[in-house]
Amino acid sequence: MFKIVRKEVLNPSVKLMEIEAPYVARKAQPGQFIIFRINEEGERVPLTIADYDRDRGTVTIIFQEVGKTTKMLGSLNEGDEILDFVGPLGVPSHLEGYRKAAVIGGGLGTAIAYPQAKKLHELGAEVDSIIGFRNRELVILEKEMKAVSDNLYITTDDGSYGQKGFVTEVLKDLLDQGKQYDLVIAIGPLVMMKAVSELTKKYGIKTIVSMNPIMIDGTGMCGGCRVTVDGKIRFACVDGPDFDGHLVDFDEAIRRQSMYRKEERQALEEYECRLRGVQNA
Amino acid sequence: MPNMSLNKTKMPEQDPNVRNRNFFEVALGYTEEMAIEEAKRCLQCKTKPCIEGCPVNINIPGFIKLVAEGRFEEAYDLVRESNALPAICGRVCPQETQCEMFCVRAKKGEAVGIGRLERFVADWYLANRKPKDEKAESNGIKVAVIGSGPAGLTCAGELAKMGYDVTVFEAFHVPGGVLMYGIPEFRLPKALVQKEIDVLKRLGVEIKTNMVIGKVLSLDELFEEGFEAIFIGTGAGLPNFLGIPGENLNGVYSANEFLTRINLMKAYRFPECDTPVKVGKNVAVVGGGNVAMDAARSAKRLGAENVYIVYRRSEAEMPARVEEVHHAREEGIIFRFLTNPVRIIGTEDGWVKGMECIEMELGEPDSSGRRRPVPKEGSNFIIDVDTVIVAIGQSPNPLVTSTTRDLETNRWGGIVVDEKTGATSKPGVFAGGDAVTGAATVILAMGAGKKAAKSIDRYLKSKREQSQEQK
Ligand SMILES: Cc1cc2nc3c(=O)[nH]c(=O)nc-3n(C[C@H](O)[C@H](O)[C@H](O)COP(=O)(O)OP(=O)(O)OC[C@H]3O[C@@H](n4cnc5c(N)ncnc54)[C@H](O)[C@@H]3O)c2cc1C
Ligand SMILES: Cc1cc2nc3c(=O)[nH]c(=O)nc-3n(C[C@H](O)[C@H](O)[C@H](O)COP(=O)(O)OP(=O)(O)OC[C@H]3O[C@@H](n4cnc5c(N)ncnc54)[C@H](O)[C@@H]3O)c2cc1C
Ligand code: SF4
Ligand code: SF4
Ligand code: FES
Repeated sequence: MFKIVRKEVLNPSVKLMEIEAPYVARKAQPGQFIIFRINEEGERVPLTIADYDRDRGTVTIIFQEVGKTTKMLGSLNEGDEILDFVGPLGVPSHLEGYRKAAVIGGGLGTAIAYPQAKKLHELGAEVDSIIGFRNRELVILEKEMKAVSDNLYITTDDGSYGQKGFVTEVLKDLLDQGKQYDLVIAIGPLVMMKAVSELTKKYGIKTIVSMNPIMIDGTGMCGGCRVTVDGKIRFACVDGPDFDGHLVDFDEAIRRQSMYRKEERQALEEYECRLRGVQNA
Repeated sequence: MPNMSLNKTKMPEQDPNVRNRNFFEVALGYTEEMAIEEAKRCLQCKTKPCIEGCPVNINIPGFIKLVAEGRFEEAYDLVRESNALPAICGRVCPQETQCEMFCVRAKKGEAVGIGRLERFVADWYLANRKPKDEKAESNGIKVAVIGSGPAGLTCAGELAKMGYDVTVFEAFHVPGGVLMYGIPEFRLPKALVQKEIDVLKRLGVEIKTNMVIGKVLSLDELFEEGFEAIFIGTGAGLPNFLGIPGENLNGVYSANEFLTRINLMKAYRFPECDTPVKVGKNVAVVGGGNVAMDAARSAKRLGAENVYIVYRRSEAEMPARVEEVHHAREEGIIFRFLTNPVRIIGTEDGWVKGMECIEMELGEPDSSGRRRPVPKEGSNFIIDVDTVIVAIGQSPNPLVTSTTRDLETNRWGGIVVDEKTGATSKPGVFAGGDAVTGAATVILAMGAGKKAAKSIDRYLKSKREQSQEQK
C-alpha cells in the first residue's frame, strides 16, 4: 500500500499528490512515469513523475480528473492509501548539452513539462517556457514554472489571462523575432504537440514530444502503447515516452487514443451514478 | 487387479455450447472414485519409462500407486517432492509429448492419465488440507529472484527449502507470470494459482510486487543490498508483430494485450472491473500455438460470433496442444489453415474492417524440419473481421538485459547461460525459463528454476568455503 502524504487542489479539475514510495523516489528521473492502481477492481493508469524527494522517499504526481480512475484518485485524501504504485518507468529525458531551450506545456501537459524545464534550468540551459490553458481558472504551476524559466509566457484560449491564443502562436512570434533554440520540448494534447512539431520542423529545431498512449503494463509486454516513429513500431512505455516530434505519426496516435471512448464514458457514468446514489441515500 | 480399459477414465467437462459463453473451468476434474479407477490403469512398470518424459522427474508410478490405494495426502507429498506447482502442471503440461508419451499403456490404447491424476491429488489437497508451515531454518544468506513466473517461483521455493532467505521481485501487481496474465481462467483458475503460490510463501519466500528490476533497482544494486546471488526468470513477454500494413489500426491487439486485459485486469467483468476490452463480431486470431487458441476461445466467450484461427501452415504443423485444438473446435472456433495475412484494412476513422489474406502451400522442409509455407500467387482474398489478434510469438523481455551491461544475450535477446548450471556471464547471476529459451512451457521453466537453485546453492557454498580459507 502506498500512502498519500500531501494533497493540493491546483485548479477545479487538477490535483497534486505526494505519495510515499521510497524505492521509486530513489531512482526517479525527469521524463519518467509511474503506473498506479487504486484497488482490486481498478485499472492500471500511468502518470508522469512531476517531482520527487529522495530524502523523504516521496513522489509527486499531478493529474487531471478526466475519467473514472482519476476522479476516484482525486476523491482520496491525505492519509489514504492506494494499492499499487510502480515505477520509475520509461526512459529518462536526455537533457544534457543544450544551451537554449523552449519548453511548451499545453494544459495539464504543463505538469509533465515542469520537471524537464527544472532539470534544464539546473543544468544551466536558458529556458523559455510557454504554457497555455483554456481559461484563467485552469492555469497551474505558474509560480513553479517561473522559478525555473528565464522567460515565462502564458496564453489562454479566451484571453482571460496572459496572452489570448495558442502556445504555437507565441512560439512562432519568438522564432520570427530571431530567437534561437537548440531544443524545443512540447508536452500537451496530441493536436498541440503535432502543431508545435509542424512549426519547428520548418525552422529545423530539434523537438521532443511526450507521448501518452493507453498503457497497461508499462514494461513492454502488451504492445498496446505502440506508436509509429519514423515508420517503425515503438513502445511508448519502454522506448519512450519521449520521441522526436518530427518523426511521430500523430494522426495514428490520435485515432488510437479514442479506442475506448465509449467504455470510458460508461465507466465514468456508472461511477458518478453510484456516487449520487450514495449521496442521496 | 489393474484396470485394463484401453481408454482413460473420462473427465467430466462443461458442455461446449455452455462453456463458450462463460469463463469457468472447462474440465471439471476427477472425483475420488474416478481417480482410483484411473490410477488402477497404471501397470507399475519396473523400468518406469514415464518418469523419463517428465522434465522434473516426478515419481509417477509411486504417486499413482498411492492414489489407487486412496492415500491421497501421501500421493500429494510425493508429487510435491519434485514439483512445487502440481495443480498447475496437471492442467497445462503438454503431457502427450512428455510423461504420457512414454507410458507403456499408450502402445495400445491411451496412456495413463498422469496429468489428470496429478491435478487430482493437488486439487484434493488444496481443498481438504490446510497448507503446512514448512519453513526451513534460515541460513541468513539472501538470494534475489527476478520474475514470479513458474521459473522464478520454483527456484525461490527450492532455495527456501534449503534455508536461504529468498525475495522474489515481480513487476506486476500480482505474482504468477503467464499463469496469471496469459493462460485464461477457463483453463487455469486464478484462485488456484494463488493457492499454489501461497503454499510456496509458507516455505518463507517473500514476494515483492510492483518492482520492475532494471528500473527501480539494477542487478548491481541488488548485490549492494546484500543479495549474494540472483536468479533471472523474467520470461518472454515481448510481443512480436506481423510487420504488415494496418497493424496499428484500432481493433488490432497483440495476444498479450488481449489476454492481459481479460485475465489480469478481468475485463470480462467490465464495468464492475475498470479495464475494458473490445471484442467485435468477427475476430481473426493470427497464429497456431496455445496462445492463439487461448485468445480465440476467450474472444468467443466474450460474445464474438465468428472467430477464425488464421494459420499459415497446415493442421499437422500447428504447435498448439491437440487437446486445446480439439476444445477450440468443439466451441465453434473456425480454422483457416494455409492462410497468411498480408494487410489489415481499416475504415476511414481508423478501425479494422477486414484482413486481406493469401493462400499458402507447403514446400520444402525448413530448418525446423517443418515444411515451409509458400504463398500462392494471385490467391488473395479478404475476410470480413473487425478485430485482429496477433499471436505469432513472444521474445525475451529486454528490461533487465538492456540495463545490465555485463550480461550476455543471443541474437533473439535470450540470456546466454551454461546449460548445465544456468549460470550467466555475470558472476553470481543465474537465469532460466522463457528468458533463456524463448517461449516454451511451464514445466521446462520450472525445471530450469530447479536446476538453477541447485547451482546457486553450490555457488554460494563454494564462495563461503573460499572466504573461510582466506581467513
Ligand atoms: C506516460 C504517460 C504519462 C501521463 N502523465 C499524466 C500526468 O502526469 N497527469 C495526467 O493527468 N495524466 C497523465 N497521463 C494520462 C492519464 O494516464 C490518463 O488521463 C488516465 O489514464 C485517465 O484515466 P481515467 O480512468 O481517469 O479516464 P478514462 O475514462 O480511462 O480515459 C479518459 C482519457 O484518458 C485516456 N486514457 C485512458 N486510459 C489510459 C491509460 N491507461 N493510459 C493513458 N491514457 C489513458 C483516454 O484515451 C481518454 O482520453 C499520462 C499518460 C501516459 C501514457
Ligand atoms: C497464452 C499462453 C498460453 C500458454 N499455455 C501453455 C500451456 O498450456 N502449457 C504450457 O506448458 N505452457 C504454456 N504457455 C507457456 C508458459 O506459460 C511459459 O513458458 C512459462 O510461463 C514461462 O515461465 P517463466 O517463469 O520463464 O516466465 P513468465 O511466466 O513469463 O514469468 C516472468 C515474470 O517475470 C516478470 N518480469 C519480467 N520482467 C521483469 C522485471 N524487469 N522485473 C521484475 N519482474 C519482471 C513478469 O512480469 C512475469 O511475471 C503459455 C503461454 C501463454 C502466453
Ligand atoms: S509435471 Fe508435467 S510432465 Fe511431469 S508428470 Fe506432471 S504432467 Fe507429466
Ligand atoms: S509407464 Fe504408464 S503404466 Fe508404466 S508406470 Fe508409468 S504411468 Fe504406469
Ligand atoms: S504498456 Fe504494454 S507494452 Fe507499453
